[in-house]
Amino acid sequence: MNLAGKSYGRLEAMVMASCALLGLVIMPVCNAFVPEGHLLHVSGFALGVYGKYCCFAVLALSINLLWGSTGVLCLGQCLFFALGGYAMGMHLMLMIGKLGQYKADIPDFMVFLEFPARYPETGGLPPHWIPFRSFPFALFAVTWVPALVALAFGYFAFRSRIRGVYFSILSQALTYAATLLFFRNDFTFGGNNGLTDFKTILGHDLNAPGTRRMLFIVSVLLLLGVYGLCRWLASTRFGLVQRAIRDSENRVLFCGYSTVHYKLLVFVLSAVIAGVAGAVYVPLVGIINPSEMAPDKSLEAVVWCSVGGRQSLVGPVLGAIGVNALKSYATHSYAEQWPYILGVLFIGATLFVPKGIAGIPEQLKQWRARRALKLANSLPRT
Amino acid sequence: MSAKPFMLLLEDVNKSFEGFHAISNLTLYLDEGELRVIIGPNGAGKSTMLDLITGRTRPDSGKIELGCSSDLTRMNEHEINRLGVARKFQTPSVFVDHTVLENLLLAVEGSRSVWHALFRPLQRGQKTRVEEALETIGLKDRSHEKAGLLSHGEKQWLEIGMLLAQNPKLLLVDEPAAGMSDEETHRTGELLISLAGKHTVVVIEHDMNFVRQIARKVTVLHQGTVLCEGSVDQVQNDERVREVYLGRKKRPAVGGVKC
Repeated sequence: MNLAGKSYGRLEAMVMASCALLGLVIMPVCNAFVPEGHLLHVSGFALGVYGKYCCFAVLALSINLLWGSTGVLCLGQCLFFALGGYAMGMHLMLMIGKLGQYKADIPDFMVFLEFPARYPETGGLPPHWIPFRSFPFALFAVTWVPALVALAFGYFAFRSRIRGVYFSILSQALTYAATLLFFRNDFTFGGNNGLTDFKTILGHDLNAPGTRRMLFIVSVLLLLGVYGLCRWLASTRFGLVQRAIRDSENRVLFCGYSTVHYKLLVFVLSAVIAGVAGAVYVPLVGIINPSEMAPDKSLEAVVWCSVGGRQSLVGPVLGAIGVNALKSYATHSYAEQWPYILGVLFIGATLFVPKGIAGIPEQLKQWRARRALKLANSLPRT
Repeated sequence: MSAKPFMLLLEDVNKSFEGFHAISNLTLYLDEGELRVIIGPNGAGKSTMLDLITGRTRPDSGKIELGCSSDLTRMNEHEINRLGVARKFQTPSVFVDHTVLENLLLAVEGSRSVWHALFRPLQRGQKTRVEEALETIGLKDRSHEKAGLLSHGEKQWLEIGMLLAQNPKLLLVDEPAAGMSDEETHRTGELLISLAGKHTVVVIEHDMNFVRQIARKVTVLHQGTVLCEGSVDQVQNDERVREVYLGRKKRPAVGGVKC
């Protein structure tokens, strides 16, 4: 018996295969072996930009796992993204060592904010920073910090049967509250400057071409892995229940499923995915600050999903990469108009391509069929 | 009281919504394997009664027990369902974006845990059960079509099929014949009769021809309480029942009630 929700679709297979080929073979090779100045050379800067897009695509997939597949719209997904980013950023911060401006053992902002006076017993390092010296611990924190936040929030929200728009608003309030918290200097995460000026990762210079190439490859692998995970989930009975919850949660309850458990697992999983995406994003862009978890960032990520098409798995990937490529271009040339462009894009997608970019082939097919029918009807009957 | 334990017991159940007594002092006993038809004018509390049994709402007072041991008033919808209480809604509520087969797979008897849904393949028994249900509801050829594409009557059948796949102890069926053709109605009746015995079945219905086809024992609800109980003929000749149906409207609300 075939359980797969939808057939894979040629577009999806093509997009993911070309992502893999481009990201894992062509671009790294063009970066490493084609000499600079050559037409086919891909600069380290470009790799960084595309790596960033890959992280955004993973974030979009995590939103889609919740929204497109389960019908739960979380408007605070960037909170989890940023939490993962902060966990990684803390480790990178501690790896700067004495290379900072103040040549101190602790990160610069701690010297500047007079942390040594606050935490004299540790030489100025807040106690919860200490375990982040270890890379494995930081990696671990990248997953469990977002997971715990999602678990606590989701447990109370889902158990109280907070659904639909109420859940969305609550999640937005959560991320807004977190933003305000992280903006505070005494919250020990660098205040509004956040964490930046990273030098090395696992002993490798973050600005070295080889390191940047590796980071890019890691981001592509993450995207492919998360895509595979989502694809697998959709093919299990769990995926069936997920989509059933999206369409009629009450009916699922009357089928004997505890929808709270199912939604909670999806929510925690999507938070972890977003966190991991954030952790890869931070070394790529070299900075993490509270504006990454501001409500508008999460809204933007939701727009990627809806422009790309949340009914499919490839839609969010296309949307995230497409909208961000457009943003890079537009903020160069029309920086001030960008919010309007984004708004028009969202409204336009909702009105004219409700299934997003990924749904266009199907829409075209229907349109052609309708036109053919019209034509047939207009012909005189013989 | 009989010596055999009741399948379902409701005693002195009350439920009011903002002052409106939807159910008042309702007492009802169901034997195991019984097929019970419940009729009553609009607003008699039939659907509210099902809501109370299935955990959708909680009673203000009273006792609702399944098989003498499980207190249903303290449980959630999914917990009650897992005890073996399945419900077919008044309007067909199948998952329209899922295929016919997927609808049945969602309903089929078996563990509902997240772990099983993720990592356990379907058991052989579950597969045969789904296939049997497909056979019974006559949708085998259309098993890979989306349920949204089915006709109204077929959706009703699919929902009945989902109940069958779940193999519940107690089936609560709310107006199964609504929107069905005469022939389909008749087939539905036969199916329900064949289910009684193995399962305990409660049917809420308006169509008196259909009631006459399937009913052995009829309970008449009025203003949230039991007005009378008995065979179809007994009920139809009851003075109070006539009053309830005739007193409210000129024409009997129940098609074909002979008075």
